[in-house]
Amino acid sequence: MQSATSESPLRLDLALIPTLLALGFFAGIVEAARSLDPRMVVQGWTFAGCMLAIGAWYLATYADGPPKDERGGYANDVVKAGVIASMFWGIAGMLVGLIIALQLAFPNLFYFPDLPWTNFGRMRPLHTSAVIFAFGGNVLIATSFYVVQRTCKARLFGGSLPWFVFWGYNTFIVLAGTGYLLGITQSREYAEPEWYADLWLTLVWVCYLVTFLGAIWKRKEPHIYVANWFFLAFIVTIALLHVVNNLAVPVSLLSSKSYSLFSGVQDALIQWWYGHNAVGFFLTAGFLGIMYYFIPKRAERPIYSYRLSIVHFWTLIFIYIWAGPHHLLYTALPEWAQTLGMTFSIILWMPSWGGMINGLMTLSGAWDKLRTDPVMRMLVVSVAFYGMATFEGPVMSIKTVNALSHYTNWTVGHVHSGALGWVGYVSFGALYCLVPWLWKKKGLYSNALVEWHFWISTLGIVLYITALWVAGIMQGLMWRAYNDYGFLEYSFVESVQAMHPYYIIRALGGALYLLGALVMAYNLWRTVRAPLALSSEIPASALAAEVV
Amino acid sequence: MKHEILERNSILLLVGILVVVAIGGAVEIAPLFWVNGTVEKVQGMRPYTPLELKGRDIYVREGCYVCHSQMVRSLRDEVERYGHYSLAAESMYDHPFQWGSERTGPDLARVGGKYSDEWQRAHLADPRSVVPESVMPPYKFLEQTPLDYRDIKDEMKANRAVGVPYSDDDIVNAPSDLEAQADPNGDGLDALEKRYPKVQARDFDGNPKQITESDALIAYLQMLGTLVDFKTYHPDARENRR
Repeated sequence: MQSATSESPLRLDLALIPTLLALGFFAGIVEAARSLDPRMVVQGWTFAGCMLAIGAWYLATYADGPPKDERGGYANDVVKAGVIASMFWGIAGMLVGLIIALQLAFPNLFYFPDLPWTNFGRMRPLHTSAVIFAFGGNVLIATSFYVVQRTCKARLFGGSLPWFVFWGYNTFIVLAGTGYLLGITQSREYAEPEWYADLWLTLVWVCYLVTFLGAIWKRKEPHIYVANWFFLAFIVTIALLHVVNNLAVPVSLLSSKSYSLFSGVQDALIQWWYGHNAVGFFLTAGFLGIMYYFIPKRAERPIYSYRLSIVHFWTLIFIYIWAGPHHLLYTALPEWAQTLGMTFSIILWMPSWGGMINGLMTLSGAWDKLRTDPVMRMLVVSVAFYGMATFEGPVMSIKTVNALSHYTNWTVGHVHSGALGWVGYVSFGALYCLVPWLWKKKGLYSNALVEWHFWISTLGIVLYITALWVAGIMQGLMWRAYNDYGFLEYSFVESVQAMHPYYIIRALGGALYLLGALVMAYNLWRTVRAPLALSSEIPASALAAEVV
Repeated sequence: MKHEILERNSILLLVGILVVVAIGGAVEIAPLFWVNGTVEKVQGMRPYTPLELKGRDIYVREGCYVCHSQMVRSLRDEVERYGHYSLAAESMYDHPFQWGSERTGPDLARVGGKYSDEWQRAHLADPRSVVPESVMPPYKFLEQTPLDYRDIKDEMKANRAVGVPYSDDDIVNAPSDLEAQADPNGDGLDALEKRYPKVQARDFDGNPKQITESDALIAYLQMLGTLVDFKTYHPDARENRR
């Protein structure tokens, strides 16, 4: 099936995937034609349009036999596409983030009383999904495709299956994003897309597992490299979380609305079991896979400790899954579950820092690269932010601290120190590595621009998180302040008013971070366009040609 | 055990991962479905009326949960600011829950009855006209948009499928119940009150000509936290003790 030579006429993937696209196209048309729900009509057309576009791409690519990228060697084109998609969605997601940050600071901005599309409640999930799932997801797919092939010395499984994963996943993103603006949401944080989008993602995700695991099956190396453990844990655990958390009954097959299978307390715990492990397995385990490949590769040093990798991996995935209830402290969730959640959240500090140490100490003997290689610096600083955020998290999950911090901007600041500092920087570092490697260039167009990117966005992060530390703690203190007569000192709206300057500083921080990403996009584009051809940095076509 | 075994066998590694991640979830989540104390029955809780359910759909659609929690924690200042801490039973018919995670705006678990319908209308249409410091977006379109309730029966059936105890009677009469709640001068009021005790029926949006999305949302907001009577609820009573 995976045979990519032009002599083999029978290709299961080229039979199945276009069939699936055709079915998807008709399903979209049926929804659009039959649904009474105007939102579903738009989603139906959107989905049908995506299916048509992917079909057209397949036709253009495979009409004259398999493309060059499939004739031996590693699947590189799909990784390139992932890199481009990552950069595009990253900038789009950050831009939406900046807009909603400005809306909080200047509430008449970009609001239209007669139109709901741009209201904060619809734009916020657009921002979170765009940065987490569109940017982060594309980075993870691209890097995991790249890494698994090199570390297994095997091509991705299933012919054009990786391409279906790429296009299918981005179709999910388009459905979800346009859905939010239309007002389609399950109101489950970080799992807002409705039932049909969830089903589609499940299908795509299974294909992702198959193409990834298939490469591992075909590997020429006896051992599965540590980065792949993390990628694998990310893929299978996200599948489990996604399926359970999205169990719901649709109002009808022609309606965009569904009702969760669970309610109240149980629903809350399942959602935060999902929500916290979207952080744990999507935003942590997946990106640790990136850390375990790109840092040693860039530093040209082996991982600091093999034994620590093993301990890090198993303890991290075991403990993370328990931490969800720390989102529900002092609520109607039974006390025992709250206590378990808090306890495991505190224990989680240890494996997190074990991983941080393993990443940082890999630079032993190569610390000079921090000075000479700005990409290396970005990767290392990402691990430092990881350490900071994974210390702050356990602190915030202590009940007495959480009594103050929960519901405030401190939480938002905490998430962003992880998201901007850790996930953002490790992704940027990986993309800066990948572009010259994939497009076969000697190096980046400009290291000076990487320096600019690094310092502009670091300044942005510092402004962002310090503003929200102050804002969050101030909010928490104002809500619980009593005056001399034993009455609450402040009305709620006074705490809203007090946020104004910090919302402005936060928006400024976000703007700087976005500016940094734009500098990066320019730099990468110039790198791709550079005429310089390349040396032999790519590990090798000699070997790759044998594979497949 | 040598770790090498797992490093050389992808299926063993995969199974190992699944087992390890399943433990925590199983131990924490599964008991919630059979430990009796998780959700205690509390007098007064009833499923949403059709109009309230529609209002709740709008609340979800507009992402209100992004900025407003519906969960008063058992902390002194919260109880004084918002009222009695939230009971598990109060969200037992919420598919999904709306506890929220952030308070850009205040908690709404007990907002019902705190403000007049007129205030709610003015506030939704232009929040800064009544609260100058507010950062909430305007929702003027709600009062201009007729409520689409063609699918109300299907919605209630879907709710029943996930465990909300709507009877056949409730479902058959859903459209008329919905109309009766928004237009209390019609005939269906008695039947509505019998099916949904403590229901508040009136023209919520001040526009008797039309049932709008504003009617539904305000009906939902005005019932939030009003079902349980905390004058007769004693947390220390034997049946309410964990």
